[in-house]
Amino acid sequence: MTAAAAFFYLFAGLAIASGFMVIASRNPVASVLFLILAFVNAAGLFVLMGAEFLAMILIVVYVGAVAVLFLFVVMMLDVDFAELRQGFQQYLPVGGLIGAIFLIELLLVVGSWTIDPGLVQAPLGNVAAGESFTNTAALGRVLYTEYAYFFQIAGLVLLVAMIGAIVLTLRDRPGVKRQNIAVQNARTQAMAVETRKVPSRQGVEV
Amino acid sequence: MIGLSHYLTVAAILFTLGVLGIFINRKNVIVILMSVELILLAVNINLVAFSTHLNDITGQVFALFVLTVAAAEAAIGLAILVVFFRNRGSIAVEDVSMMKG
Repeated sequence: MTAAAAFFYLFAGLAIASGFMVIASRNPVASVLFLILAFVNAAGLFVLMGAEFLAMILIVVYVGAVAVLFLFVVMMLDVDFAELRQGFQQYLPVGGLIGAIFLIELLLVVGSWTIDPGLVQAPLGNVAAGESFTNTAALGRVLYTEYAYFFQIAGLVLLVAMIGAIVLTLRDRPGVKRQNIAVQNARTQAMAVETRKVPSRQGVEV
Repeated sequence: MIGLSHYLTVAAILFTLGVLGIFINRKNVIVILMSVELILLAVNINLVAFSTHLNDITGQVFALFVLTVAAAEAAIGLAILVVFFRNRGSIAVEDVSMMKG
């Protein structure tokens, strides 16, 4: 067995095992951590396939952002997770049956086709001259030219998601003191300071 | 030799685990969202496997867009979850019928 095959079985086995633990774990915090493990192993699979850029993006976006978001929400919400797990055994037979049928169908599909050799394209660049593109360069070449509009739309999707998340979760709590910059800037000396003539031995009326 | 069908099998198993997770954790929205992430990950593995097998970079571009949409979906989903928890004090899926007529 070559090293590549050994690493494939390592990454694939760990990804599947941690994917199983995501749905089977009792503690949702453990679920999120297993989700991170699954994503890291999937990134390893991507590297084995030669898609280095997507592997790094998977780590940055999923492990760095999405998983941490999940972790925040799981820890922020004060939920009785034991109660939510009721009915686990009740749903297990139906879910298991549907899952098994689904898996068998998918594997039958995987095992029963061949690819037309004419579809396999030549690698980018002049291979004979020893010239080849790195994965990132090849992706950038099409992403900013052929798919430039789609790239912009992806940016818009993220912008809308960001604004949507802020609008959904922002709330106005009454009775909280806030800084009002406009009022602060509009203050003049006349509004802030009052000068009075104080007669001797009499004090001032406030 | 590790070929295309090995990767497709891994993706199929991960996809099935995601679907199974939605079925057996029917009350816990957070785990359902995580299952959706697993499903999208399986789809991405499929796209990248075909892309590298056929030497066609388009599959990886598509996987990139799937990744973008998955991140946006997670952010919006969790924001809705937080608002729902603030209003109801629970995240049980059965309670999410309050907008019904």
